[in-house]
Amino acid sequence: MRIEATGVSKRFRDFIALDDVTLEVPEGSLTALLGPSGSGKSTLLRIIAGLERPDTGAVSLDGVDVTHSRPQDRGIGFVFQHYAAFAHMTVRDNVAFGLKIRKRPRAEVQSRVDELLELVGLTKWGSQRPHQLSGGQRQRMALARALAVQPSVLVLDEPFGALDANVRAELRTWLRRLHDEQGVTTVLVTHDQEEAMEVADRIAVMQAGRIEQVGSPREVYDNPANAFVMGFLGPVARLGGELVRPHDVTVSLVPTDDATEAMVSRVVHLGFEVRVELSLADGSEARAQLTRAQIEELEVVRGDIVYVRAPSQVAVASTPLT
Amino acid sequence: MRVSRRARLSLRLVALAYLALMLVVPLAVVFGRAFEHGLGSFWTSVTTPAAISAFWLTVTIAAIAVPLNTVFGVGCALALVRGKGRGRRLLDTLLDLPFVISPVIVGLALVLVYGQSGWFGDWLTRHGLPLIYQPAGMVIATLFVSLPFVVREVAPVLIEVGDEQEQAAATLGASSMQTFWRVTLPSIRWAVAYGVVLTTARALGEFGAVSVVSSNVAGSTQTLTLLVDQRSQELGAQGLYGANTAATVLAVMSLAVLVLMTVIGPSRGDGP
Repeated sequence: MRIEATGVSKRFRDFIALDDVTLEVPEGSLTALLGPSGSGKSTLLRIIAGLERPDTGAVSLDGVDVTHSRPQDRGIGFVFQHYAAFAHMTVRDNVAFGLKIRKRPRAEVQSRVDELLELVGLTKWGSQRPHQLSGGQRQRMALARALAVQPSVLVLDEPFGALDANVRAELRTWLRRLHDEQGVTTVLVTHDQEEAMEVADRIAVMQAGRIEQVGSPREVYDNPANAFVMGFLGPVARLGGELVRPHDVTVSLVPTDDATEAMVSRVVHLGFEVRVELSLADGSEARAQLTRAQIEELEVVRGDIVYVRAPSQVAVASTPLT
Repeated sequence: MRVSRRARLSLRLVALAYLALMLVVPLAVVFGRAFEHGLGSFWTSVTTPAAISAFWLTVTIAAIAVPLNTVFGVGCALALVRGKGRGRRLLDTLLDLPFVISPVIVGLALVLVYGQSGWFGDWLTRHGLPLIYQPAGMVIATLFVSLPFVVREVAPVLIEVGDEQEQAAATLGASSMQTFWRVTLPSIRWAVAYGVVLTTARALGEFGAVSVVSSNVAGSTQTLTLLVDQRSQELGAQGLYGANTAATVLAVMSLAVLVLMTVIGPSRGDGP
């Protein structure tokens, strides 16, 4: 189902959470709302799901205005950061909740719950209580619960934020696979650019209640609309008044027309990659990311004078990083 | 803090001695006196028409006040914790009034408002609904003094549980009523139960407010506490004996509530 948010604004007392935000989520996509905390991404998600009302603006699903309809009537499955598991119910009853509310026949509920527990790998845990599960299991249960009623849209609010790094990585892969199999239009809120890049096919980068850029992971990484997007999606180095990715910086021992002179202040070996920290003639600092092979060829050490340049097509005009 | 074994033992001894002197001995004396003429005599004393009537009036008042204050208390707790409207601070403060105002003043206030010469007294009497000096007035007095217990037990638990489960229920299609019965109430059930027990204990034992609004007529407007009071004022051994037996009945009821409290108490914090 296609989601459209048009001109959505929301303020909480003096804090402007969303400032005239317009976003379209195409049918069947997995869109990530990416931004630092306080950027308004969770508020936008909650407005889409109907848990929050916008002050102005509209939300529509497949062209139907749902701005004023209750969350119950939107058919949007919501997954919370802290699981929101029904603590007094078993895992089975949690998953069955939406179906029981809809008064589906008992046999249908049973078979659908079995199917979902199988899907999320919790078949053996059906009669346990949520507090007996690990964080990752609880979040899988919450996903099964949201999927049970076959929502037309699935939204997830920092779903892996409270989990350990390895569980997080595993669940990301799993979520992507689930999305590929089920094809439910999905919106994921995250502050982790790696998570957004890995899972989503579209990323909306948000800052201070506004959307800075929307595009595929490659687009927003390779052609960031501004310094904020560039800085948020990956490491940046400043070179001759321009922002570049450290791995786009070329280091050479001979001067060329467009290169800047720099002194190597430190060479850091990070396994496969090597980080070269540089002091530029104007006193500023920069860093370049090279491979081991490159560094072996250059044979630079601390104190050497090198010439650095960056391909101009990836550079972003240097507005101050906020 | 490290306390020597000796100090610990003597502290314990002091505490126990204090409790014994203040609680156990007086209660034991009441119990002992109640049974000093044997079981048969005790039974005769607590089955006089006045005693039976007092017992049932006490039970009836509690049976009305406790459910009403439970519903009101849960509703108030929801309004306080989940509500968005103005006036929540005012409500919060008002709910503590029964804790801080002496029950006697509550009774007096009820007389002033609903009594024969009070604001609504005339209207009530003309419509055949006299409240003061009637059981109805005693119910109102009990309602007032036992009002805050459920709210004060339930509100903190509602805060602790948070509203995410309720939001999740809404996104899964549950109406407000379905969410309340299936999600909210189960998560506060121990707090409600504990609040009900405290309310019951207060309703059974209330004396001050009830005594002001009751005509204190044996057999019609006399609760157990009033009966105990009246008999203990009577001259002679017979009156005191009657006070002891009635007090024993009341104490046994309260002890039953205390047992319930100890059973429910520990499971409150455990969540589900």
